Amino acid sequence: MTQPVSNCPNCGAKIVFQWSSSVQTVCQYCKSILVRTDVDLKKVGQVADLPPDSSPIQLNTEGIYRNKSFVVIGRILYEYDEGGWNEWHITMNDGASAWLSDAQNEFAVSFASNTPGLPSATQINVGQQYTWNNQRYTLTVITPAHYRGVEGELPFEYWDKTEVTFADLRSETGRFATLDFSDEQPSLYLGEFVEFDDLKLKNLRSFEGW
Amino acid sequence: MSAGTPPLTNPPNPQAKALNCPQCGAAIILRAMGHAETVVCESCHSILDAKDPNLQILQKFEAIIGVDRPLIPLGSRGKLRGTDYEVIGFQRRGIVVEGISYYWHEYVLFNPYKATRYLTEYNGHWNDISVCKELPQTGFASANYLGEIYKHFQTAEANTNFVLGEFPWQVRVGEHATVTEYVKPPRVLSSEKTANEVTWSIGEYMYGADIWRSFSLPGAPPAAVGVYENQPSPVHENVKGIWAAFAAFAVLLLVLLAGFDLVSGKGTAFESSYRLDVGEPKGEASFVTQVFPLEGRTSNVEVTTTANVDNSWIYLNYALINNETEQAWDFGREVSYYHGYDSDGSWSEGSRNNTVIIPSVPAGNYYLRIEPEVDPKHPPILYTVQVKRNVPVMGFFGIAFLALLIPAIAITWRSLSFERMRWAESDHPPIKIGSSED
Repeated sequence: MTQPVSNCPNCGAKIVFQWSSSVQTVCQYCKSILVRTDVDLKKVGQVADLPPDSSPIQLNTEGIYRNKSFVVIGRILYEYDEGGWNEWHITMNDGASAWLSDAQNEFAVSFASNTPGLPSATQINVGQQYTWNNQRYTLTVITPAHYRGVEGELPFEYWDKTEVTFADLRSETGRFATLDFSDEQPSLYLGEFVEFDDLKLKNLRSFEGW
Repeated sequence: MSAGTPPLTNPPNPQAKALNCPQCGAAIILRAMGHAETVVCESCHSILDAKDPNLQILQKFEAIIGVDRPLIPLGSRGKLRGTDYEVIGFQRRGIVVEGISYYWHEYVLFNPYKATRYLTEYNGHWNDISVCKELPQTGFASANYLGEIYKHFQTAEANTNFVLGEFPWQVRVGEHATVTEYVKPPRVLSSEKTANEVTWSIGEYMYGADIWRSFSLPGAPPAAVGVYENQPSPVHENVKGIWAAFAAFAVLLLVLLAGFDLVSGKGTAFESSYRLDVGEPKGEASFVTQVFPLEGRTSNVEVTTTANVDNSWIYLNYALINNETEQAWDFGREVSYYHGYDSDGSWSEGSRNNTVIIPSVPAGNYYLRIEPEVDPKHPPILYTVQVKRNVPVMGFFGIAFLALLIPAIAITWRSLSFERMRWAESDHPPIKIGSSED
């Protein structure tokens, strides 16, 4: 696979896209947020220093989900009043893009779903039930979150957010759903909770004394 | 990675950090850097913002009902279900039921790669708790989790009243949550409900000794007091087993009994009928029977007397005598049968036959000496004497039956009283015997 290569318009460092469909990336050196245009890369922002990382996942962590290997190529970091969590952007070996969310080491893998007729942020309440893809989900928590930063490659532009609302839903079978109200049109991600050990992760962050 | 690009690798993250309390200056160790949201100063009980380099004070609390010392010291490491965990936080929570406060302790267990686990302790009873990935389904006084039914135990308002160490959430003294617990020993399913969140967790009962071993703690764990909501019953598993064993033995006994009956039916050693005339003078009625063999090993002998008594009686003095050794077994039997009518209707008393068992009679040739007595006013009485060898003794079967039944009942009783003690602490206490429902 030929990887698209170009240079950072800010510092000139080489920018390599690991996934051909990436829309946005962050220069590893100058932390410029770069968005792909038809011809080149455009700097749209700058990532402030991210807080010390507590996630065992990092860019280039590899793992296996449902017999398909994946690699972590980007992330969005959120904070809310009870802590922070990461949405790691992963690409599967079949080219699909998915999200590995890590909230206090509770892991879930989810995929964007283009289900129509999603509720708006004002319509949701804890305890509501929704059925998507023949699976019933119960809304367990509504999280007003704060966009904290991005890293690596993302499948969309994501850099000018401030406050965003999420609703998490769970099923009786360990399925997991997130309603993301970042944009005017809510988006839905469907997936499942996964065990750390089952992901067979490699290239993890190491922690002193562990 | 293409040539010319220097590798960017993240150095190992420092996990622990030593700081000082901004309130009192005491040393504070952050054990779960990046995970801890709040850390509590052990000296002055200030709750500090662990994410803030200056450890901004979020709350200061008074340990109103006393300071608690964690039984597992903060910083202890131990292996639980194959994973190493470090104890980073400790809190005491309480509920009030019928005016009485109950307190339990929760330990926050940290591993940088795995989800947080918790250990809870109440009166020496421990539980290993983790957050549910699958959502339980609640029903009427029960919950279904992964296809198993948990019974509702208690719903109460829990209140945090003492905290120490680090928490991966914003902990505060005075926090409230509605805690609902469902049990299926040895597991407990709990939901904690706050204004905008419901969290389900699943716990499994643990013995203090196992925790002491896991965390290499000195001494012995505190003894468990009473019966805890999801404590496995020490006899519950035995109840079904003992009744199954009882049923199997009862069937076996019945088969044996039937077998004995069939065998002993052929065991009649002697049988003869006699007629006793009233006119004959008493004392001359004594006579001996012919000699008959009693075979096999030393065993019992059953002598049955049947007489056509009708509102009369016959008394027989028997002696079973060994023809060779002259050893004798003396016994007397009465056969009497009375019946009639009175103001209450018909009545009857006694029976037309009588059976006696003589135990431990060796094999040999025997005869009977019989001396009958009757009321001289009565017409002649016909009577039959039958001797059987090796008869099954119902009493033996009865004892065997009881020997099996008593432990079965005892174990069932123990199991029931254990369950009564368990549920006495719940929202659904068992109905007390003797108390009126009205």
